[in-house]
Amino acid sequence: MEELKITKESDARGSFCPGPLMEMIRLVRSANVGDVVAVISGDEGSKKDIPAWINKARYELIGMEDVASGGTRIICRKNH
Amino acid sequence: MSEKLSIVLFSGTVDKLMAASIIASGAAAMQKEVTIFATFYGLFALRKGDWKQNRRVSKDFEDYGAQFLQVLEAKKAPNWLETLQSAMDIGNVKVKACGLTMDLLSIKLEDLEPIVSEIVGVAHFIEEASDGQIIFL
Repeated sequence: MEELKITKESDARGSFCPGPLMEMIRLVRSANVGDVVAVISGDEGSKKDIPAWINKARYELIGMEDVASGGTRIICRKNH
Repeated sequence: MSEKLSIVLFSGTVDKLMAASIIASGAAAMQKEVTIFATFYGLFALRKGDWKQNRRVSKDFEDYGAQFLQVLEAKKAPNWLETLQSAMDIGNVKVKACGLTMDLLSIKLEDLEPIVSEIVGVAHFIEEASDGQIIFL
């Protein structure tokens, strides 16, 4: 995923459910179509929650990766 | 037409208020039309500024009460009102006040937190909630 350009990233570690999801929604809303955004969450539930939202809102889940310092980076493309 | 989720918020304890606001957030994110009908103690908790001193925990779970409130504070969890406000920012969430409780308490819409949009009766709520899910908290 190195070559992917993330337009905006938000570190939501320390935020509780549904905080990281809310952060992803805000990021996607403020992004332009075509942008790639990411949220880092320390909340285990986000790994299911955020993809479920991306799917429902018909955006594209680019991927999820573990972050060395803890948590998961969830990457989404605003494709419409 | 989007799906509906209606929550009867009867309780005014912090645990139930948190549950209601978190469920409302998830439902709003998943594009449901959410209505919270605040009645009885749920409406007490929505009086302007009441959230600042509300440390009530449901009687059923009072054994856990002190610990629950302590971890919320220690981990700086957002309070239920903030959670509800962000649910309203990202989706379709309405908070409506029960007319009966308003009359019993002799209060007006302006005595409530500004997230409450209107005063309605039970029949309005039932009508609006029809063909959707209803949760009683």
